[in-house]
Amino acid sequence: MSDTTTDVETTDGPVDEARQALLEAIASELGDDVVDSHLLPGLDLWVRVTPDAWATTAAYLHDRQRFRFFNYLSAIDWLPSPFGRSMDAEVDKALGLDGGDDDDADDEQQRNGYAGGDTRFQMLARVHNLATGLGVNLKCDVPDDTLTVGTWTNDYPGAEWHEREVWEMFGIQIAGHPGLRKLYLPGDFEGFPLRKDFPLAARLVKPWPGIVDVEPMPEVEEAEAAPAVDAGPSTTNIEAEGGEA
Amino acid sequence: MTAISDRRQLAYVAAQAADARVNVELEAEGMTLNIGPQHPATHGTLRIVARLDGEQVIAAEPVMGYMHRGYEKLTEVRSYPQVTTLVNRIDWLGSFANEVPFILACEQLMDIEAPPRAQYIRTILFELGRISHLTLFLGDLGVQLGALTPVFYAFRDREHVLNQIEAATGGRFHPNFDRIGGVKDDLPAGWIAETKQVLGKIRNFLDTIEDLLFGNEIFTARTRGIGLIPADVGLSYGLSGANIRGSGVDWDLRRDNPNGLVYDQADWKVVTHPDGDAFARCWVRLQEVRESISIVDQLLDSMPSGPIMAKVPRIIKVPEGEAYVETENPLGVMGYYVVSQGGLTPFRVKIRTASFNNMSITPWLLKGTYVPDVITILASLYFILGDIDR
Repeated sequence: MSDTTTDVETTDGPVDEARQALLEAIASELGDDVVDSHLLPGLDLWVRVTPDAWATTAAYLHDRQRFRFFNYLSAIDWLPSPFGRSMDAEVDKALGLDGGDDDDADDEQQRNGYAGGDTRFQMLARVHNLATGLGVNLKCDVPDDTLTVGTWTNDYPGAEWHEREVWEMFGIQIAGHPGLRKLYLPGDFEGFPLRKDFPLAARLVKPWPGIVDVEPMPEVEEAEAAPAVDAGPSTTNIEAEGGEA
Repeated sequence: MTAISDRRQLAYVAAQAADARVNVELEAEGMTLNIGPQHPATHGTLRIVARLDGEQVIAAEPVMGYMHRGYEKLTEVRSYPQVTTLVNRIDWLGSFANEVPFILACEQLMDIEAPPRAQYIRTILFELGRISHLTLFLGDLGVQLGALTPVFYAFRDREHVLNQIEAATGGRFHPNFDRIGGVKDDLPAGWIAETKQVLGKIRNFLDTIEDLLFGNEIFTARTRGIGLIPADVGLSYGLSGANIRGSGVDWDLRRDNPNGLVYDQADWKVVTHPDGDAFARCWVRLQEVRESISIVDQLLDSMPSGPIMAKVPRIIKVPEGEAYVETENPLGVMGYYVVSQGGLTPFRVKIRTASFNNMSITPWLLKGTYVPDVITILASLYFILGDIDR
């Protein structure tokens, strides 16, 4: 857990005054409820708040900061997939393409992304201020024991369907939601499909074939033979596989 | 005497009670009307369960998921270049537009910028997709209100645009043409002149449609003042695209945050309408096609030469990080929140689609409307089921 206040990065890079000012306003209003933040100058802003402040943050942004446009609300499961990346084919490992040659050990550990975090699940939402043209990404840890966060529907009625989706896909309870019921899935569906430990059955039945090295057309081969510097695989073509979706 | 009056009284009370029972049944139960899942007005398989009191809708609940394909899960087991194949199928009428925000998000994470010519080609194809998408909307709109003629014109003229998309990308509906770092191919010879001819045909089509539909008394009567969305309500539900511009909100990502597409190179304007009713939304779309034609026309004239691919590694690995990129798709704002932990596949992709938010207002919007207006309102919100269900 990082500091209670925001660790504003004061590097020599480009300065994003509008987002910086917004971040300071949020931090001063919400105080200790802002756990961490991340600012990419000119690109985007991430703010992580405590689980208890999740609903009040929405109210503050909507009423006081005039973030009137509700963009989306979702969640992230940070658990490293127990099935690997489902892409660890023997072919790729032999070629050193499995994407994990330098961080194999890290793959076993949970690494939460921007603005940090300690829990397995995080809420993720985004709202937009049309007057200033700024959007802000909001995150909050979902407590592992209760798996419950507050609802946003009081301030953004559009969050209702998004929260139903989070509830059915991740199994996260939304306290105060007007009607949590299945949105996409059949009523008797069991399990939470977007959790990392929910297997994608099609991938288990028919494993990833690997980045198949497709032979190039003769003329391409001749053209590529001229520079003759490539030691790697000859094309980037990746063979698509069917039987899913 | 008394006995008779007692009997009468009893009979009267019994009759009243029976009436009351019937009334209670009628009032409390209402009637439940199922619209869909197979209904021409649903662009796929949407089911709307409406509780009616006579002709009036008391409550309406959209039921979806009939086309849920789980793209967010599937992206986690695909390499980055493969994802574009998947997301093509989200909004199947504006397929190329689905690829662009995802590719832009990856480019942002990899810190790559596509060369200018690739940006032009992207923008042109993006707008051609919008033209074909909304051309079909304008024809389909007539069908849903009982006018059969416009749709034949729409299908005829949309085909010209699809031919141009096919000539450039190889696919009529699913181009799968955008690549991290640029586009797959350059435009074929003679394409620019042909496209200009096609734009002329679409201009004629729009004039026809404006006469046929927007000048039609019945059309006006059935859309004016129907399905009113105040701007602040629309924003809190996350409505975007023509739906929110039809409520007078002057916001278009193409102008306000073009994100690596070259809309600033053309002279065009954002169309809004203050009324917020079904007519306003349809009218905004009609004018938007005209603006799109103008954008494509200007970009075709000012196209720079040069490479169409930036230098990208053969095997694409995206560095660790998170990025959210959104673009103004034909249906509204579409964005991808891409989480990468390094490696060949995304760790998590959250797909923000326009129709999902646009439809989430329907329970609020349909309350108190009349059954024939339900179809008008759904048509004016314009959604694609694949875009709702993902």
